[in-house]
Amino acid sequence: MAERTNEQWLADLRGPGRDQALADLRDFLVRGLRYAMADRPDVTEVDLEDFAQDALVKIIDSLDSFRGESRFTTWAQKIAVRVAFTELRRKRWKDVSLQDLIARYDGVDFTPVVLTDPDASPEQLVSQQAMMDMVQRLISEELTDRQRQALTAVMIGGMSMEEVARRMDTNRNALYKLLHDARQKLKQRMTAEGLSVQDVLAAFES
Amino acid sequence: MKIEPATLKRIVYSAITARPDEIGCDECFEQLDRFVETTLAGKDAAEAMPLVQDHLDRCGDCREEFEALLAALRALA
Repeated sequence: MAERTNEQWLADLRGPGRDQALADLRDFLVRGLRYAMADRPDVTEVDLEDFAQDALVKIIDSLDSFRGESRFTTWAQKIAVRVAFTELRRKRWKDVSLQDLIARYDGVDFTPVVLTDPDASPEQLVSQQAMMDMVQRLISEELTDRQRQALTAVMIGGMSMEEVARRMDTNRNALYKLLHDARQKLKQRMTAEGLSVQDVLAAFES
Repeated sequence: MKIEPATLKRIVYSAITARPDEIGCDECFEQLDRFVETTLAGKDAAEAMPLVQDHLDRCGDCREEFEALLAALRALA
């Protein structure tokens, strides 16, 4: 691939050198994605080509937003990685319903919580149980239904932010803000009830 | 409702350490290329861009993308 400055990339992608620049960029993205996905045996070469192709479309559409604060190829690879993970997360969670996932952890019929930390001392188990009771109470008292569902799906169910956002008809940034507001509300109450960062660390350190 | 101690810790810790100036996923993404290049240059990106580091510590999706991007660019360098 010919070495290009950022300005040359932009000029080539917008001008008569477009076909060669697109081919070079596609090649760069595929090679990068191959390394980015090195620990994902489920990702095939065809997938990499598809991710790169989809990323190229986004990159061309977004050229005007490139501010030149990094190398052009770094910026482009960032977009390709986002495209690839968005698709992989969709596949990973395609058979899991958000409502089922939430219901699994968020039933109104709370059964007693069993904490089974084998490394915890008796004192730590008491602290952990007290924190569990506090968290359950504060989540139900302080959070909106939407905040509670998002927190349950992401932090307990382990679903990716991207997927939870898609299924809640929002986007990842807005979901982060929703959870940020939720965490701040919880913090306010936890602090008012005397809980500190040190208490949390002490309850779980082994 | 039955959750693992590690999950409980994550919820409580993420709440008790919440800060008002956290950036969202969009702002993190905007700055991620610069953050990665700073890291690749052997500099302390967390010190230079602490709010990006804070977001990466809190957001699994963004962290996963950062690590993949770093692996890609490190290999291609």
